[in-house]
Amino acid sequence: MTTTTQPADAPTLQLMEGAAAIAESAILAGCRFFAGYPMSPFTPLLEHMAKVMPAAGGTCINCESEIEGVNMTLGAGSTGARAATGSCGQGIALMQEAIAEAALNETPMVVFNLARGQQDYFQATRGGGWGDYRTITLAPKDVPEAVEHTQLLFHLSELYRAPTLLYGDPLIAQTRVGVHLRKIDYGPLPPKDWALDGTSSGTGRSRQIWTWAMGKATDPGLGPDLHWQKIAAKFDHIAELEQRHESRYCPDSRVDPEDDSDTVVVAFGSAAKFVEYVVEELRAEGHRIGWFRPITLWPFPSRALAEATRTARRVLVFELNSGQMLDDVRQYAHDRSAIRFIGGVSIHESGLSYGPMLDAPEIRTRILAALPAENRSGRPSASIANPR
Amino acid sequence: MTMSARGTLVIDIDKCKGCELCIAACPPDVLTMSATVNETGYRYPELHDGCTGCTACQLVCPDHVFEVYRFDRSRAKPGT
Amino acid sequence: MTTQNIEIVPTGAPPQRPATKVADASPSLMLGEHSLCPGCGEPVALRILLETLQELDIVQRSIGVVGHGCYGSFVRIMDIDVLQCLHGRAPSCATGIKRMRPDTAVFTMQGDGDMVNEGLQEVIHTAARGENVTAILLNNGVFGDTGGQQTATTVLGQRTKTSIDGRDAEQHGHPIPIADIIARMDGVGYVARGAVGTAGGVLRTKKMIRTAFEAQLAGEGFSLVEILTMCPTGWFVTAPQGPDYLAESMEQVYPLGDLHPRGSAAPHGAGR
Repeated sequence: MTTTTQPADAPTLQLMEGAAAIAESAILAGCRFFAGYPMSPFTPLLEHMAKVMPAAGGTCINCESEIEGVNMTLGAGSTGARAATGSCGQGIALMQEAIAEAALNETPMVVFNLARGQQDYFQATRGGGWGDYRTITLAPKDVPEAVEHTQLLFHLSELYRAPTLLYGDPLIAQTRVGVHLRKIDYGPLPPKDWALDGTSSGTGRSRQIWTWAMGKATDPGLGPDLHWQKIAAKFDHIAELEQRHESRYCPDSRVDPEDDSDTVVVAFGSAAKFVEYVVEELRAEGHRIGWFRPITLWPFPSRALAEATRTARRVLVFELNSGQMLDDVRQYAHDRSAIRFIGGVSIHESGLSYGPMLDAPEIRTRILAALPAENRSGRPSASIANPR
Repeated sequence: MTMSARGTLVIDIDKCKGCELCIAACPPDVLTMSATVNETGYRYPELHDGCTGCTACQLVCPDHVFEVYRFDRSRAKPGT
Repeated sequence: MTTQNIEIVPTGAPPQRPATKVADASPSLMLGEHSLCPGCGEPVALRILLETLQELDIVQRSIGVVGHGCYGSFVRIMDIDVLQCLHGRAPSCATGIKRMRPDTAVFTMQGDGDMVNEGLQEVIHTAARGENVTAILLNNGVFGDTGGQQTATTVLGQRTKTSIDGRDAEQHGHPIPIADIIARMDGVGYVARGAVGTAGGVLRTKKMIRTAFEAQLAGEGFSLVEILTMCPTGWFVTAPQGPDYLAESMEQVYPLGDLHPRGSAAPHGAGR
């Protein structure tokens, strides 16, 4: 399943930096509030929001810290407005309390995490806030997909009344590519009968957004026990419905008759795009190899991964960290014993971007090293690659 | 008995928590605490003759127990 | 009144004689009873706040942003659209609300722990941005909700559970006079400090709240009313002693009155 379908009648593409394209896409989605604090590589998104938001009739605030930015965004979201903030790394860490709060008090908002690399998978998918909550997290592989995910995140956030997060990176933030900016219709949304606008004040039916959900004296709410059970059930529901992934040459792919790879490489985000390239190269050389890319990091595409790895003798996990998504692959792969981690920590000396491991030849070497010795040559025989 | 009073109160004694702030706040000094307790176990204010309807008790009361009335004077001038 | 044998006036029902009700027990915006301690000043502040919204006829465009403290339980009894926000973050949440709904009357309700400890940065920046919101600070100098610990506004010498021998500047530092600080900032429309220990103080404080909302509605920038409230439980005094303790300790450090009247310039504003 892919979410990056471009229309057949190829539209005019605009050459844009990824961060600017995300900003424009957010405004197309109806985002009218943004608050941010500079932090590389998130900064260009803030700069572009500051530039374009006023003309769209919205507000972009230079907040005094990420804590204030995310709480302003929560406030804006509580009125029913489409609101977003963003940062990376430590800045997202500062936002965790409010992300959890928004999940538990059911306030929609979007967080653009233009991260420095892939070391924040746990931060995105596990979160550091308190309580039983999850953060719907989309990890685009490139700028065009980030543009689409931006609008999907606003939709999902409102549909489920929950914060959503885009897990991007320096390549997505800073790469200039041709993008097709358009408003995407994801379908109808429920009425915002919860949004604070003041008109219910004094009517005896005034509204309340509160994590404890105790309601008013004359109109009691569920209270924390039932409310948090309801939230947990909602996230179970989301986990069931919103898993997204993309794969090729795996049993779940249903593209080729030979979707029966004995080696599946799992990767997310920009790294997945490199992996895809290398796997295609190896496939062309006769290896029975496929790739699997989670698009939603939470909910992790658990069923699809189990199916995609059904025939695999090797499940290789490539990510630019010490093994974070690896935990999810271990949970859901068909055969845990088949899993090999081929990623690792690799950071640019600035600390602000990827190191040399994010490179096709390096990934190729790591994949080949994980294959059985007889498969490692550059041109394996067809009989080895495909014994049928 | 209340003929000298210019006002009076309705006191919701069961909402009272017995803080006694009204006692000190009352300018004509016509409130005292009860000898008995209300349903939650607190002593509560009782009104004596001389209330002016000034609302001081109502203003300081944290538990919102006082309704304040001022007697109409127009009765003294029939026909108006 | 010293004798108890003087006849008690019946007060169980409205008077038989023709009379006019001059004060309700509580405004109709109050949906139920609070659960705070005897002698607490916070419910008094709540009552005059709600009365003010009614008197200004802005109830149906009012949104409250409530922080965490004893007063947090008021979200259950105030018939106002409310966002209960994280500790200290009310001014930031109020900013987001007001920017998206500029026609509403937005107020925060925060304690001293909420505003001056956890949320000092929020309130100062919100004031500096000149956000058209009204902050109501209920200052009793203790963390009441957690049982009476020292806050940033605890006055020197005051005993709390975490400064049991009295707040000592050498060990615990000095109290922060937040309203005085904000009164000196550009971006501010109105700042005042009242107290609810006496009937006159309640009336003056109510007028301050009204003025603050008028400043907000006129688009004059950030408004703050600091209200000194009694916390006999946290002060280790009896409920009847609360107002005197407030006057003798807090009011000495936090003088009452208009600190930044409407229309005045900040005395040391960045613009000068």
